[in-house]
Amino acid sequence: MNLHVSSRDIGERTLDIVSGMKSLEGPLLPILHEIQAEFGYVPQEALPIIARELNLSRAEVHGVVTFYHDYRDHPAGRHVLKLCRAEACQSMGGDQLAERVKTLLGIDFHQTTLDGAVTLEPVYCLGLCSAAPAAMLDGEVHGRLDADAVDGLVAEVRA
Amino acid sequence: MTIRIFVPRDAAALALGAERVAKALASEIEARGIDATIVRNGSRGLHWLEPMIEVETSEGRIAYGPVKASDVASLLDAGLATGGNHALCLGKTEQLPFLKSQTRLTFARCGIVDPLSLSDYRAHDGLKGLERAVTLTPADIVAHVTESGLRGRGGAGFPTGIKWKTVLDTPGGRKYIVCNADEGDSGTFADRMIMEGDPFVLIEGMAIAGIATGATKGFVYIRSEYPHAIATMTQAVEIAHKAGVLGTSVLGSAHAFDIEIRTGAGAYVCGEETALLNSLEGKRGIVRAKPPLPAHKGLFDCPTVINNVISLASVPIIMDKGPVYFKDFGMGRSRGTIPIQIAGNVKHRGLYEAAFGLTLGQIVDDIGGGTASGRPVKAVQVGGPLGAYFPRALFDTPFDYEAFAAKDGLIGHAGIVVFDDTADMLKQARFAMEFCAVESCGKCTPCRIGSTRGVEVADKIAQGIEPEKNRELLADLCNTMKFGSLCALGGFTPYPVTSAMTHFPDDFRPVPLVEAAE
Repeated sequence: MNLHVSSRDIGERTLDIVSGMKSLEGPLLPILHEIQAEFGYVPQEALPIIARELNLSRAEVHGVVTFYHDYRDHPAGRHVLKLCRAEACQSMGGDQLAERVKTLLGIDFHQTTLDGAVTLEPVYCLGLCSAAPAAMLDGEVHGRLDADAVDGLVAEVRA
Repeated sequence: MTIRIFVPRDAAALALGAERVAKALASEIEARGIDATIVRNGSRGLHWLEPMIEVETSEGRIAYGPVKASDVASLLDAGLATGGNHALCLGKTEQLPFLKSQTRLTFARCGIVDPLSLSDYRAHDGLKGLERAVTLTPADIVAHVTESGLRGRGGAGFPTGIKWKTVLDTPGGRKYIVCNADEGDSGTFADRMIMEGDPFVLIEGMAIAGIATGATKGFVYIRSEYPHAIATMTQAVEIAHKAGVLGTSVLGSAHAFDIEIRTGAGAYVCGEETALLNSLEGKRGIVRAKPPLPAHKGLFDCPTVINNVISLASVPIIMDKGPVYFKDFGMGRSRGTIPIQIAGNVKHRGLYEAAFGLTLGQIVDDIGGGTASGRPVKAVQVGGPLGAYFPRALFDTPFDYEAFAAKDGLIGHAGIVVFDDTADMLKQARFAMEFCAVESCGKCTPCRIGSTRGVEVADKIAQGIEPEKNRELLADLCNTMKFGSLCALGGFTPYPVTSAMTHFPDDFRPVPLVEAAE
């Protein structure tokens, strides 16, 4: 993932990705996932190219990108910390842990720390309800969290 | 003989440190020159004991848990390799009461086999259902599934056989099997566990569905929050393809069937079947009006079977042992077994597969062992974020689709989340509305606008602003959403809200701040 790419690079790489995947049935979501994996977000510059190649209107592509929570319109921090906010985690003190993390990082959900170290996101269920409260840090899962454990996660992303 | 030691690769075990345990174990085994191999199995479902490792002995498997990486050396000192005694030793796995009292049909292999070993799968009765299916006519397979009484395990409880028959009877050059693995309900993880612990059973179930209906292509739509399940399913499909379980000739028969894994993008509403179909087509996950039914016009307007993971994973055993075997379990119109997911503030958390009919009290108190915090149980939410909150007074309700409906609740995907007496039910009701507002697809007004108004009204009640009037308003709003919404998201959000108001009225009469200050 390279965060410093020019518009021309974005265009070329987008075209490569779309060309490789457009023969799939219903290719738009797989293409957007691949573009986000490549750039860390879905750049605006990519949308007209996808639209042209898939014979869609730009509005249709924009509508799909903005419908799904996963797709970002700008790069995330170096780390992404997702805290589960759903009922099973609430029942085990998830709300208090979320407040603790917000205070420690000095940011709210959907925000990134000023140093670009970490983006904090809510997630509605990681399927770790039997190991609540749960979180995911850069794709790694963590369960049975307590104050010490979240302090450790915060220290890890701050390092 | 090489000793086999099992360390789960299930996401719940990984979240509790299983990877570190496996690494520590591997290096200690090597350093000590022990002739042992580590098998990364699925989870047995005793999640409060995870990471739970097992060693195979002549007397069966011996379990240890919960194991930390720092325990590994002392476990080996105590003779782990031969099932030696240790403070963490739980005894024979099969004799653990939580496991012994279960009826494992769908989860028969989960936690026992290496999830990605097709030979392990075959050795534990895998592929017998599909082998049988290729010798039968599509109509016979559908008749088997219908007779078994299997109903959709995603939550709606629609008879699976009838759905399949509709697709079989609908003419079409191209038909699809779509597996709904968008398991978004809080308190549920059965789909995740089966995909991570026994992926071939889902593949087998989908292949049988394909043969039964004339579909040649299957999609598994897995939510992006499940990266481990996606990875395991992707590998399993490749293995099945290479072995000829999938492909142009399923198990050497004249039937072709292939599976593609697709990843969701974080929209809860895509768990609704028509929204899921739109998402697969590359559109916004907007709910479609029914009719047309997906069975007539589904994916790309073709006849489509769309079933939940557990529904499809229950089919192989029905085909192998016959519909009567399956049907003999259960009560009333709820036949077979149901993997109950016990979660939240409860001591024995995990997956418990049993025939329908256990009471909620048996599940929470006897099997679950009460709350983890040791405080009294206040409420149990059954069926995910759209399920009702049940008070202790309704603990005699048996786990059965109709019995729960009669108490204004639902089984849903069979997840139960336990809350102790510190829970504020007004806050939980507000959350249900908030969640609906975040996840609404926006197509119908009662869901899109109603949920936001619901949050506002709940806030007013909490602030003591005209509480009587606002409680009435909230009840009225719930009524509008329940009967006016297009799908279950808006239509079922009233369940947690109304049940919280009905069973816990005191929480909706907060002491006004002014009086509290005096």
